[in-house]
Amino acid sequence: MKSILVQAPGLFTTVQDLGREGFGPMGVSCSGAADRIALGLGNRLVGNPANTAALEMTLLGGTFLFSEDAVLALTGSDFGATLDHVPIDLWTSFEARPGQALRLGPTRSGARGYLCVQGGIAVELFLGSASTHILSGLGGFEGRALRKGDVLSIANASHPYRRRTVAPDILLRLSPRKILRCTPGPQSDRFPESSQRIFYDNIFLVSEESNRMGLRLEGPSIPASSGVPVITEGVSLGAIQVPNGGSPIILFVEQQTTGGYPKIGNVISADMSSVGQLRPRDNIHFERVSFASARSLLQQQEELLTSPELIQE
Amino acid sequence: MSAITAAKFLPASDNSLLLYFEQQISPVVNLQVVQLLRLLQMQPIPGIVNLHPAYCSVLLKFDPLQLGHDDLETRLRPYLDRLDEVTLPEPRQREIPVCYGGEYGPDLAEVCEVHSLSPQQVIDLHSSATYIVYFLGFVPGFAYLGGLPEALVTPRLSAPRRSVPAGSVGIAGHQSGVYPFATPGGWRLIGRTPLVMFHTMFHTMFDKMLSDKLRHHQDALSFLSIGDRVHFTPISPQRFSDLVRMNDSA
Repeated sequence: MKSILVQAPGLFTTVQDLGREGFGPMGVSCSGAADRIALGLGNRLVGNPANTAALEMTLLGGTFLFSEDAVLALTGSDFGATLDHVPIDLWTSFEARPGQALRLGPTRSGARGYLCVQGGIAVELFLGSASTHILSGLGGFEGRALRKGDVLSIANASHPYRRRTVAPDILLRLSPRKILRCTPGPQSDRFPESSQRIFYDNIFLVSEESNRMGLRLEGPSIPASSGVPVITEGVSLGAIQVPNGGSPIILFVEQQTTGGYPKIGNVISADMSSVGQLRPRDNIHFERVSFASARSLLQQQEELLTSPELIQE
Repeated sequence: MSAITAAKFLPASDNSLLLYFEQQISPVVNLQVVQLLRLLQMQPIPGIVNLHPAYCSVLLKFDPLQLGHDDLETRLRPYLDRLDEVTLPEPRQREIPVCYGGEYGPDLAEVCEVHSLSPQQVIDLHSSATYIVYFLGFVPGFAYLGGLPEALVTPRLSAPRRSVPAGSVGIAGHQSGVYPFATPGGWRLIGRTPLVMFHTMFHTMFDKMLSDKLRHHQDALSFLSIGDRVHFTPISPQRFSDLVRMNDSA
């Protein structure tokens, strides 16, 4: 079987696909790629279905060696990749020969990059998905981030190599945003208009203490909501909870499934991939939109992602 | 009041809808949550992709390209009318061995102090009650247990621990629970169980069992499921180590 040798793992590299949906009653959150658009496009470039397992790298990429010929694509963050010291284009498929080293460095843009390989990373599926859920150590490669010396199997696939690239104009329209659009949260009405203004009119800084479970934000304190405490309830991906300290937290892909903090808003589905590209110290702000706009923004995004012009050969 | 008149719908995000039953923590209201879950599992609504049940609410996640909040509410209303028709299996009785106090229950002494009880009295109270699994949430396999004796009701720690060892048995407010994994946690720890609360690796035995009809065998992964009844049984430190050894060799 084809394999990848992890010569350097990078800062935090895990196996991810599009996640495991449907296990909320067991307390299992979806997990999956932090930037689903980048993962899906990378897989399309190498001829895989969008939900194929790939490597998600964070802030600093790794060094990988290939046992046999492999068809690859890098998407998401620009980690200044080279193959045997020759620079590699992002968003474009390429081939690696046996023994060649793919080296990635620190990020030059965004937070997360994907290494997609034709056939996909072969790991035992857990509840139907290859995604790693770090906190509980389930799924992925032994339920953990990669280490130096790990050897990953590549599933068989035998499409001929074709150089494919993502149409630049469409890619531009799918670029990650720093202005996150939000719909109201289930407890929005507990925050008086003055608190909502603090939330929507100010810039927030992504804290160092952010990860795949949630992004902690630093900025002006949002005064505590009124009313009786929230009885613990199910929480959605992208929910923006405001604990008593007043600093918001965006719940992310490895989120807790339930929680008891009031939620002032919720990042729209179309902007969740942008959340996956936020780095610590990034400045962001929030823009209020209606549920109807959120829906049409998602439809527009879906149209781009299914456009026949998207992948060019 | 019938379920339908008390029920309230609220969009939580562009792809999820919260259904609130009467907002109180009680087995009667929670039963409606369990019944709805069961009904939706038996007769799924196309477009619903996930459910997050809690004490007295259910978060329904849907595919927003297929469904809207209003469509979903319309589809759900008839389900609420039929909750009483749902017959649930007899609740499972689950037994959790716990080694109380010492290194396993670092907050036992403080809980004793708060309530002017001896360690033995706290242990007796905690292990004599029957708990109900209201729901699983927070992390995989974490069960929110109702039924803590009134005499043990204690506020959570003012500063949560950065890491609580897996298997820790805690209490907070009117609840008790077992941490399946080493996670941050603010509950007061009074003991620890050697049981594996949630299996994250497929052992060969599980592999075969789970490969086909995964969703029907979820119970094999989590020791506790929504609706279970739970008892805690005190064990000695010696028994704790024996049971850990048995887990390791299994």
